[in-house]
Amino acid sequence: MKLRRTNVDFIVDAIIAVVVGLIAWIMLYPFLNVVAVAFSDYSEYLKRPLMIWPRNINFEAFEYVFSNPLILNCYKNTVIITALGTIGGLFLTVVTAYPLSKRHLKGQKFVMMFIVFTMLFNGGLIPKFYLIKSLGMLDTLWALIIPGMLTSFNIILMKNFFEGLPKGLEEAAKIDGAKDIYILYKIIIPLSMPIIATIALFIAVSYWNSFFNAVVYIRSTSKWTLQLLLREIIMTSNAALLQGTNFAEEKLIQTQSVKYATLIVVILPILCLYPFLQKYFVKGVTLGAVKG
Amino acid sequence: MSKSSICSNQLALYTKPKSNALQSAVQYIKKNFWLYLLLIPGVAYFLIFHYAPMYGILIAFKDFDVVKGVWNSSWIGLDNFTYLFKSKDFFNILSNSIIISFYRLFFGFPAPIILAILLNEVRSNTYKRTIQTILYLPHFISWVVITGIIYVFLSPSTGVVNLMINEFGGKSIAFLQEPKYFRSIIVLSGIWKETGWGTIVYLSAITSIDVEQYEAAFIDGANRLQTILYITLPSIMSTIVVLLILRMGNILRNGFEQIFLLYNPMVYNVADVFETYSYRVGILEGRFSYSTAVGIFQSVVGLIFIMSSNYLSRKVNDAGLW
Repeated sequence: MKLRRTNVDFIVDAIIAVVVGLIAWIMLYPFLNVVAVAFSDYSEYLKRPLMIWPRNINFEAFEYVFSNPLILNCYKNTVIITALGTIGGLFLTVVTAYPLSKRHLKGQKFVMMFIVFTMLFNGGLIPKFYLIKSLGMLDTLWALIIPGMLTSFNIILMKNFFEGLPKGLEEAAKIDGAKDIYILYKIIIPLSMPIIATIALFIAVSYWNSFFNAVVYIRSTSKWTLQLLLREIIMTSNAALLQGTNFAEEKLIQTQSVKYATLIVVILPILCLYPFLQKYFVKGVTLGAVKG
Repeated sequence: MSKSSICSNQLALYTKPKSNALQSAVQYIKKNFWLYLLLIPGVAYFLIFHYAPMYGILIAFKDFDVVKGVWNSSWIGLDNFTYLFKSKDFFNILSNSIIISFYRLFFGFPAPIILAILLNEVRSNTYKRTIQTILYLPHFISWVVITGIIYVFLSPSTGVVNLMINEFGGKSIAFLQEPKYFRSIIVLSGIWKETGWGTIVYLSAITSIDVEQYEAAFIDGANRLQTILYITLPSIMSTIVVLLILRMGNILRNGFEQIFLLYNPMVYNVADVFETYSYRVGILEGRFSYSTAVGIFQSVVGLIFIMSSNYLSRKVNDAGLW
């Protein structure tokens, strides 16, 4: 139904559009500024610190970043943990959520409670640290991959999506004598691509961004991740700056540009992947959360 | 598919049905063999990585010795807890945790509701979708990156903010070293990062509202504000209440990363919370038993909070989390 609109409506519409646009601008601006500064000559930054468009383009900081062996090694570690963690996590989430989506299954309620309880209560930092230590995973990449693979939240999201799928095909297959594993593989998974893409994105982002586990479990520099390194780059030079030391002007310029370039290197993969996956996750989250 | 399962299925068919409970249980499991098999890795995972650490809670009641292990260390009863309650750190971290949480609740909780209602009023779908794409983005960026941006923006010598202050003749401010600015920075950056993402759940609640309600209101001559106040808001009220209860249950939790990444010894008295404190005393200072006690206090009080707020929600709203 088309509603007749008055002049007041048009003004209100315009105001709302502007307000919402401004809020989105506030969210986007820091990223634009960081990208612009990272690719510009430092003198341009001092002239126009608020710039959003690169001027006097300069790749020096990036050349430095990509020639630094430590940074490359951190990149490699982060890619490894993200790839293995996402594959393993996705597999575990699917196989755990599928039986749990069968409400008639005996024991389903108990296992759900068993899983949900961990959202409410946990052993805390030190018992977990001690567990990782006992498993011999301390200061290995496994300590960053295995804990966090399977989360209650992702299981619930996927289970709710499975429950919302039409039952017809599944029942027909069941009558034909198909096994549950076959039904999952041939019928359920192909129908669940939106939620699988969503959860793959969630898991991959959480691995790429994970920082806490690395701070607690990793000691040697050779096993650092990008997030740890970025933190170090931002903090160390920052501390030096705060002490008001006699950094030569040039050196100061370099650290500033390197910080910006490292920031870009860390967020770039997410920025590239995000637009392709975001159309899925709104659908996935909405459908999955209905009964959540 | 494996041979054994085919055999077991056939077996299940050929065994005579007896009114034996055990036998029917075995039969039931055989019928649902794959479903139970699929559950095993997940259950094992939760046992090892979530329930095994709960056993480690014993550390808090012992004079923990890494060499002896959890079981063989000697008992010291509640010494760690009495020490915790007597220390002046305790009052500081408890009040910081509650104050920061409360600021977040007060300023951060309404933000996504307002934004979702505004987004719902946007007429053009293309414009709305573009805006949403931008709004969700900060949620996917790590705290390390965002605090990194905060550091470079607020840097006293080279940051944008201080360059602007200098431009207008002011003196540079070391924002992150000043206790009076610290909590505002924490709360604002939290709102900046999560408000957009927070709108998703409200927007999905709004889409389930019947369009006819709006049409009827329009025919009755209701204006925009009236439709928001009398249709949109009441329809998403139950969602708001459920999320509010979740927040109340998490009042002692502030998360580790954001505060850890931004704080420094100069602002410990306004910034230190349970998560950062138990990390410092446990991992950095190696006081395992004491740090575990801190963690238990937080976990147990958190559990009580969430149980009671869920109970309240069941009473008031009939919509609890379980």
